[in-house]
Amino acid sequence: MNAPIYPEMDAPLVNATRFRQAHSADWERLDELVTRLEKKSMRSLSDDDLLELPALYRTTLSSLSVARDTSLDKALVTYLEQLSTRAYFQIYGVQTPARRQIARFFARSWPEAVRAIWRETLFCVLLTAGAALVSYFLIRSDPSWFYSMIPEGLAGGRDPSASAQSLRSTLYDGQKDGLSLFATFLFTHNSQIAIFSFALGFAFAVPTVLLIIYNGLMLGAFVAVFAAKGLGFNVAAWLMIHGTTEIFAICISGAAGIRIGMAVAFPGRLSRMDAVVAAGRTAAIAMAGTVIMLAVAGLLEGVGRQTILNDGLRALIGATVLSGWLVYFYAWRPRSAEHGQ
Amino acid sequence: MASKALRIRDLKRTFITPEGVDLRLELGSAGSRAGAFVLDFIAMIVILVVVTFAVSFTAVPGTQQFLLMLWLLGFFILRNGWFSLFEMGSRGATPGKRLMGLRVVARDGARLTGAAVIARNAMREIEVFLPLSFLGMQTAQGTADTFLVLFALTWSGLFLFFPLFNKDRLRVGDLVAGTWVVQTTKAKLSTDLVGGAQRPRRTFPEAALKLYGIYELQTLEQVLRNDQAEAIATVARTIRHKADLPDDGDDWGFLSDYYAALCARLESGLMVGRRRENKFE
Repeated sequence: MNAPIYPEMDAPLVNATRFRQAHSADWERLDELVTRLEKKSMRSLSDDDLLELPALYRTTLSSLSVARDTSLDKALVTYLEQLSTRAYFQIYGVQTPARRQIARFFARSWPEAVRAIWRETLFCVLLTAGAALVSYFLIRSDPSWFYSMIPEGLAGGRDPSASAQSLRSTLYDGQKDGLSLFATFLFTHNSQIAIFSFALGFAFAVPTVLLIIYNGLMLGAFVAVFAAKGLGFNVAAWLMIHGTTEIFAICISGAAGIRIGMAVAFPGRLSRMDAVVAAGRTAAIAMAGTVIMLAVAGLLEGVGRQTILNDGLRALIGATVLSGWLVYFYAWRPRSAEHGQ
Repeated sequence: MASKALRIRDLKRTFITPEGVDLRLELGSAGSRAGAFVLDFIAMIVILVVVTFAVSFTAVPGTQQFLLMLWLLGFFILRNGWFSLFEMGSRGATPGKRLMGLRVVARDGARLTGAAVIARNAMREIEVFLPLSFLGMQTAQGTADTFLVLFALTWSGLFLFFPLFNKDRLRVGDLVAGTWVVQTTKAKLSTDLVGGAQRPRRTFPEAALKLYGIYELQTLEQVLRNDQAEAIATVARTIRHKADLPDDGDDWGFLSDYYAALCARLESGLMVGRRRENKFE
């Protein structure tokens, strides 16, 4: 090389250099811990590592703040950003253990969520009852209404033209072989409907309300057909054993959907976004709970109803289960809830 | 104009930790979101097909009822649980999202709760599964008329492309659950361009260092880190020409020294509150 064209002197120090020298050991250590957490789990860290983690995280965060203000080394800032973010997710994003989450769900979240949407639930119950009464009286006065409400496949011969004898047999002659399969089918089908009516709530709750009304109409129509042949109490008992749980669950899932729709339409004091999020999370817990209720209903329907043929017993079981739900949701207050967290 | 367009497409979002530091999260792009969904969907279909075949081939007479029951339950859990159960885990991502480097995060910076995960995934019911099963049912019955197909397509299109119509790339489910999906990146600590090599460096006249600001400095950093001979030669030529400096035949050495000198100068400006963003200031 020729004689230097430029005058030379010792390298000027930039902030990034000083900064890297002072802290890079901490960053690398945090990087190592976080990588291990990401690949494996909490258990892969020793107690010392776990104690060290938050301190290293805070050091790195403050490094990031300082680097943004004083250093122009973009790669360094980017590195600190992604490292802080990864550490943040490992420290704040860690879920409580599944067992404790489930315990919390049953002990507090679920009943609280159902209590929170009690107005919407009451509305759905009234809507179901109202629709059932309307269709009941319509069909009692003119049986031809039945055919415009219930699709033929669903009726399965249980229509106004059926004889009292054949109607009676549908109440007491269970198909013994497919018990659990039938129950499973009903459970998955109804749960899908419950999730669906939750999701439909987003469309200002209109489809959800229609779904609830239709459910009530079908209920009234079936009762009307049986009542016309003097089987009113029998069909009520037949419906009650699982229906109290199932219809209640459908009402709650409808209420969950309505809560979201109402938050979209009338956010109140919160911003629309915040209102929807608050409603969405409460409603999601209530909706998840209805899946459990529907599993119970499926068991009662597929197994209980096929093996218990006594009307009084059927009605009693239905009433007991319903009061159980009511106490659990509205009357029971676990002590921890009163004291707060 | 150009800078405005860039800002709209920018997916960096403010995300304040409890310690009060902004992490500047990068949202997942629509493309990687769609990719993750397709991956998950394919995985679900493959599992469904494999299990269905396994069940139908291994069924011993007498156990069909039981197997069918298990299949029904399994299908229900697969359809409703795949997304929720994976996202409730510590990774906050389904396998598809993990492959695309995505993660579900609560928008308010708090812990991602199970309720939020359930809410965002139950909404898939009206976004994807409803129009799909609707279409499937009608085709199976042979009654899928044009109107129905059109309706199902419009419906799913409305929700499917919802993320493209808002700047935060929120699905309807994200909207309801208060979540968003962010890109997770992993980077190695880069080498120190200035302090890495202790050697005497060229010095530059004041006029040559006054030419550029932070934006140009960081572009130069990028060029040096990428280390591509052609780019380095071009940039070195441009700077020499602009600053009217002689060529000593060592492009890389020249650029890295110029970078060090410019960086030191701009940083000392920062210390006294003078931040020069680019060469136009």
